[in-house]
Amino acid sequence: MNDVCYRWPGRASFALKIPEFRLAPAETVLLLGESGSGKSTLLSLICGTILAQSGTVCVADTDIALLSAGKRDRFRAEQVGLIFQQFNLLPFASVRDNILLPLRFASGRAERVPMPKAEASRLCRDLGLPDDIMHTKAGALSVGQQQRIAAARALIGTPPLIVADEPTSSLDAATQATFLDLLFAQSEAHGTTVLMVSHDARLADHFDRVIHMTDIAQTTREAA
Amino acid sequence: MILRLAFASLLARALTVAMTILAIALSVTLFLGVEKVRTGAKASFADTISGTDLIIGARSGSVQLLLYSVFRIGNATNNLTWESYQDIVDRPEVEWVVPISLGDSHRQFRVMGTTAEFFDRYKYRSGQSLSIQDGAVMDDLFDATIGADVAQTLGYAVGDPIVVAHGLASFAEHKDQPFRVSGILAKTGTPVDRTVIVSLEAIEAIHVDWQSGAQIPGQSTPADEIRQMDLQPQAVTAALVGVKSRLQIFGLQRAINEYPQEPLLAILPGVALQELWQIVGIAETALVAVSAMVIVTAMIGMMATIFSSLNERRREMAIFRAMGARPRIILSLLVLEAALMAALGALLGLVLLYLGLWVAQPMIDNAFGLWIPIEAPSMREVWVLITVIFAGAIVSMVPAIRAYRLSLADGMIVKI
Repeated sequence: MNDVCYRWPGRASFALKIPEFRLAPAETVLLLGESGSGKSTLLSLICGTILAQSGTVCVADTDIALLSAGKRDRFRAEQVGLIFQQFNLLPFASVRDNILLPLRFASGRAERVPMPKAEASRLCRDLGLPDDIMHTKAGALSVGQQQRIAAARALIGTPPLIVADEPTSSLDAATQATFLDLLFAQSEAHGTTVLMVSHDARLADHFDRVIHMTDIAQTTREAA
Repeated sequence: MILRLAFASLLARALTVAMTILAIALSVTLFLGVEKVRTGAKASFADTISGTDLIIGARSGSVQLLLYSVFRIGNATNNLTWESYQDIVDRPEVEWVVPISLGDSHRQFRVMGTTAEFFDRYKYRSGQSLSIQDGAVMDDLFDATIGADVAQTLGYAVGDPIVVAHGLASFAEHKDQPFRVSGILAKTGTPVDRTVIVSLEAIEAIHVDWQSGAQIPGQSTPADEIRQMDLQPQAVTAALVGVKSRLQIFGLQRAINEYPQEPLLAILPGVALQELWQIVGIAETALVAVSAMVIVTAMIGMMATIFSSLNERRREMAIFRAMGARPRIILSLLVLEAALMAALGALLGLVLLYLGLWVAQPMIDNAFGLWIPIEAPSMREVWVLITVIFAGAIVSMVPAIRAYRLSLADGMIVKI
């Protein structure tokens, strides 16, 4: 990420500038920052749902600004596994359908999973979820279980990058640690890069590298 | 999988979705029901008289002749003399002729004088014959066979006496020659239900002591004496004619219309019925328009439901976006959902319609003499169903485009 500048449309007073930000393959990075420091905007830039006004954002050596909107959506599906803070899942769909959803949009990931149902079961098992969970409606599960299923969904088809936006903030401390251990065990096995955003510095021990938002980005708030 | 998820999403909102589907179903049922009643009424109407090739009367308009000879509405301008009638009977192409003599009434019902052949020749609803519900067809000079409505309205049973009034809505009654109800006809849904049928001779008999529309004062011929008299009528009001070969219909019609001794008119019942229906048909158009409006209302209702669901579903759409779904997929998901609802509604509507028909068909036939056949949906009805589904998809474009915009603006991060 080089010389990126992003300005929210219609909000000239708020801009995010990131001179340089890099992630190495298979690295696990914790990005710390206060609320409103531009973490979410950074994630959106990486995922390509918003485009920077200047500078380049490259994911897996591809400049995403050069892709058309449709290609960018497919590119995101292929390259990035996403985990949100909460409400990750389609509550009305079964656990299995939730996990398999990204494969529907990413043919590359789908090709790496010859037996999707078995793979979904394996991920669930490895993430410490019971076997009989596959046909449960996602909405009926506890938040901790939902987050693990979200992780399984992000991991399936082994995308090179996993982006997580405060996935542990709705979990208690013990569950947080278990969740991260399980996630890293999986990402390590496949050489996946993990970028996680949080405001909670206590998680730092689990990561290879910890970056503060203030180190890499300048947020300008000019008086309107 | 997308289809399954769309379906699951619908199930998750089962109550509102069910309500919307029900609204669409009811509107479809109403529309198709109106359609069924309309075509049923039209068919019943066109089948008021069948098996008769020509109707003959004094020269007037074809609709007028049809109205007074078949529907017993209005009056004849003139009669058909017995000589002309005999001439027509004697024609080689004529197979049968049933004379009709009108002009008297009983309470609000018309009295029709005819021959016994009327009961064999008069056909309705594609060749169905009149049948007797109770008693027998008139046999004696002073016997009357009454239609089902007459019996029901006036509470008559076989054997009851009837006094016929002279003319229509008149106080002058043929008191001296009362009739006896000999039989009651089964309900037909035709004007026969509202008719008192007597013999042609009986019409003559009750007018024996009458002149220029009033009873000759003091004169009253006893019934026994009348029975001895020659009761051949001087004229009849109209006649139903059947020809030997259908090819001869037009030739005969022309010959009668050009009959030199008297100005006569022969009409094809089917053509005249069509003409009459065009006048009555305006109401049918209004009916169709109203039920079309109901469908439009249901569609707008569905659009409102989808709109109001958009907010609670922003998260769902954000998840789809995050998984790499293009905004176009979000759009098609909503359109698909609407089409699914419309299709389910249309299907349910069809089921409700046939269920309703199945239950109500005998009741409608009894009450209104309207026979609505239960048959596979016509092409027109199938098109209505297809149109409903397409309209549902098109209407849902409005909220879907909004969802498209929302998901473009929201990206994957929903701030709620």
